[in-house]
Amino acid sequence: MTNKEPVIKIRKLKIAFGSKIVLNEIDLDLYPGETLAVIGPSGTGKSTVLKVLTGLLKPTSGSVVINGQETNDFDEAQWDELRKYMGVVFQYSALFDFLSVGENVAFGLRRHFNLPEEEIQKRVQTLLQLVGLPDAKDMMPSELSGGMKKRVGLARALAMEPQIVFYDEPTAGLDPVMTMTISRLIRKAQEKVGIASLLVTHDMESVFVAADRVAMLYNGKIVQIGTVDEIKNSTNPVVRAFISGQELKKED
Amino acid sequence: MFQKLCQIIGKNILDCCAAAGRMSILFVDTMKRLKDADMKEVFRQMALLGADSLPIVLMTILCTGMVFSVQTAKEFVRFGAASSVGGIVAIAMARELVPVLTGVVVAGRIGAAIAAEIGTMKVTEQIDALRVMAANPVSFLVVPRFIAIVLMMPVLVIFANLIGNIGGWIVAHYYAGIGTFTYENSIKVLAETYDMVGGMIKSSVFGAIIAIVGCYKGLNAPNGAEGVGLATTASVVLSIILIFITNYFLSIVLYV
Repeated sequence: MTNKEPVIKIRKLKIAFGSKIVLNEIDLDLYPGETLAVIGPSGTGKSTVLKVLTGLLKPTSGSVVINGQETNDFDEAQWDELRKYMGVVFQYSALFDFLSVGENVAFGLRRHFNLPEEEIQKRVQTLLQLVGLPDAKDMMPSELSGGMKKRVGLARALAMEPQIVFYDEPTAGLDPVMTMTISRLIRKAQEKVGIASLLVTHDMESVFVAADRVAMLYNGKIVQIGTVDEIKNSTNPVVRAFISGQELKKED
Repeated sequence: MFQKLCQIIGKNILDCCAAAGRMSILFVDTMKRLKDADMKEVFRQMALLGADSLPIVLMTILCTGMVFSVQTAKEFVRFGAASSVGGIVAIAMARELVPVLTGVVVAGRIGAAIAAEIGTMKVTEQIDALRVMAANPVSFLVVPRFIAIVLMMPVLVIFANLIGNIGGWIVAHYYAGIGTFTYENSIKVLAETYDMVGGMIKSSVFGAIIAIVGCYKGLNAPNGAEGVGLATTASVVLSIILIFITNYFLSIVLYV
């Protein structure tokens, strides 16, 4: 991976809310074509990383370089330009409840690409097929189950053919079968389209299926980063405890 | 004790100033982004926010017109001023009662709906989803609602004036025995078109207040279902207070 230039380069990123430090000078690289999973217990700032990378939250200090551009001084318009190359799958799907499933998936295409209606419909259908919901186009989000919503959310995130996709707990609250389905979809989407993905989760099953590399976040610091196998066989007590589901003792 | 009281008062004043500042920024941002308006969405909002409010506005103003006539007609007849009733009712309705009451009704119905809808979108991450899909929430959510209410309020006011005066006439005619011609003539002599135009201008300003306050409260709703409830209530209360305050100044500017 190291011979390629990373699409996202985070250096000494610090996020603090008042006196509470959420992320304490973390370094992280995301390379093209890989899926990097950020794992860690709830409340360790995993989702905060995504908020910073999508421009929803300004870092307290440190540097975030996306596609070779330093984003620290970006205004909303500059972020919008960058966001056209990003897809985000939200923890609770965040589907627009006033739009049908098809219109949710087509949302970005309609706003940012001047495509003929036929082409939009074709792309929407292909994406819904990819996520296994070929007949859901005219349904409203309120008619869908949690798992279906997540899959529509994934289709929506992939619609603009992004270079980078962010997944915020995509399998949280799903049954084991649906967890595997979503994880395989993430892998399939990455292999098919060759995008760089950042997966934030605490679901290890999902990580083993979907990720290439894993970074473990704990107490605002990255305690270990490595391939899935390295993490599986880690000797780091925090990583071992987390993977085996043991209670993590608070460290100073 | 005294220091604590001062701290509480001071904090509240600072919070109010901050909120006023943020609301002003939202208003300026909305004005800047008016050109981004998606006309299809504007028409959808006009139907949703304007047309659907018509029945409740008409009901309120009909009753107000009738009650105003009840209170004035007999007294005016007693003083031999029956020929003034129609004009007085029409002017009071056009200048003050219709715009203010329409504003209050719309704040309760539409302002609350906007705050609840946008607040729910906020707490379910839909606002974040809009932003990461490079769709500015102000352009996408605030602008269409702002334009829709600002345009629909004067339309509601026209219908409301019509029904209010009909209500006034019904009572004046059947309760106080004032003739239809006298009533109608009184309106023609005393009232001017400007009375209603002024009321329409007022209503547009109230519409802008309702839209900005509703959207602001929704966009800043605290998390959870309780947050949406708080945002909704706060939007109605603040809109109504601002409508009454603004109305005083607008009355001076428009009619004095």
